[in-house]
Amino acid sequence: MICQRCKKRKATVHLTDLINSENRDLCEQCAVEEGITFKQHVPIKELLTDLVMSQAGAQEMADLCCDDCGTTFADFRNHGLLGCPNDYIAFGEALGPLIARVQHEGRHHVGKVPAAAGAGVKRQHELMRLRRELSNAVETEDYEVAARLRDEISAMETSS
Amino acid sequence: MNLDDLATQPGEWLRGDGPLSEIVISSRIRLARNLVGFPFLGKATATQRRELQRILRDRIKTLKVDDDVFYVEIDRSEELDRQLLVERHLISRQHAEGDGSRGVAVSGRETVALMVNEEDHLRIQVIRSGLQLDEAWQDINHIDDAIEEDVEYAFHEQYGYLTACLTNVGTGIRVSVMLHLPALKLTGELERVFRAAKDMRLAIRGLHGEGTEATGDFYQVSNQITLGRSEEEIIDDFKNGVIPKIIEYETRARDLLVREKSSALDDRIFRALGALENARTVSSEETLFLLSHVRMGVNLGRLDSVDLKTVNDLFLMTQPAHLQKLRGERLTGEERSIARAEYIRQRLAGGGNNNNNN
Repeated sequence: MICQRCKKRKATVHLTDLINSENRDLCEQCAVEEGITFKQHVPIKELLTDLVMSQAGAQEMADLCCDDCGTTFADFRNHGLLGCPNDYIAFGEALGPLIARVQHEGRHHVGKVPAAAGAGVKRQHELMRLRRELSNAVETEDYEVAARLRDEISAMETSS
Repeated sequence: MNLDDLATQPGEWLRGDGPLSEIVISSRIRLARNLVGFPFLGKATATQRRELQRILRDRIKTLKVDDDVFYVEIDRSEELDRQLLVERHLISRQHAEGDGSRGVAVSGRETVALMVNEEDHLRIQVIRSGLQLDEAWQDINHIDDAIEEDVEYAFHEQYGYLTACLTNVGTGIRVSVMLHLPALKLTGELERVFRAAKDMRLAIRGLHGEGTEATGDFYQVSNQITLGRSEEEIIDDFKNGVIPKIIEYETRARDLLVREKSSALDDRIFRALGALENARTVSSEETLFLLSHVRMGVNLGRLDSVDLKTVNDLFLMTQPAHLQKLRGERLTGEERSIARAEYIRQRLAGGGNNNNNN
């Protein structure tokens, strides 16, 4: 069966409109274009390759190498996966903008911290979270919550 | 409890008795974790993979979850068993088809699954019936804490929990809510759902996750961002943001169909039921399509000869690996279509599933 819209490709999406009592047969591409089905997720690998190639100094970055696992930045670019936790440090500056892109501008972890991560790190994250919540509370004019958060923050700061 | 027991009964989350379960099938949360001192799995040697599995398996063994946990070594299990686990959403396709030592620990009621050596060293999953994200988060957070008492997770001050892929770094959390949206499909308004999800930067996928088609009108909404927002904030986007909105759209579409298109609606529902009651051979895709309409009929009170539990059971049990497990033999595609039609007729005629008459 041929797609009724483009009249070229094979129709694989069969649609019955109950309201208008219509039947339509579309190919996958036309179905996506009409918003009936959705496009599959962009593979992270393609996204990364595009991003990395457009980055300034891409060539020098390609040679960055992690001492712990021997993964180079070029390897990462080709596979889309990192080699070991230390890559996050070894590729530091090259990785930062990519993370921000993939994470829609997320740059700093907010949320759960492992107990073993050490009190210093934990405290820092807790402070970051409180400050964030404070700014939200101020934005939404929730002054009661804001006052409580301010107290919590100052208590944490004086206890260090 | 083992895989053969699993094949004959539906998991807890498919009982369909959770809050808002006429639209929300399940609430699922997973956490990605890696241990310090090991490379990520792409760079791990066979010895390191075995060592990782040993450490995590030992740790999991002593976990106190509310029921028995059994462990399946995926690399040593039959293809059919691996497929069964995929069909039940207990492991990913990637895990089923991967290489090297790897496994999964599953709690008897299937609310908890821990994948060892998938893309990350450990992936913890908690799944619940209906909309129960807070409960799921509470459970998984607790399990995560308990595991961490004995192992040290890779964690970075700025980037949070470190993962092999940048799409998981930070909280390592993936929240997925599975929805059944037959009315929106029929009224041609699914676009509104996609828009609502997109506005919240959430992804929509089909029944079996990444890269799968939406079959049987099932859609999974999940978060894409894992860094820069806390677990609670991410969960809140679902709980107080996109999910109530989608539920409202679907409810309105259902009301509209009942009010203004009841003949067309009933025609749809009863034709689907008729086809299922009479088919002599049926593919899994067609089964999903027909069951979706029957499920809607039951939920809208248009159909009372079938109960929701039977419909939910059928969604699960008519999948290829489940059918073959039930039959106790390997079947070709054609044989499966015949066996599927037979099984459906028997269940709809009131014939129970032996282990399942309670």
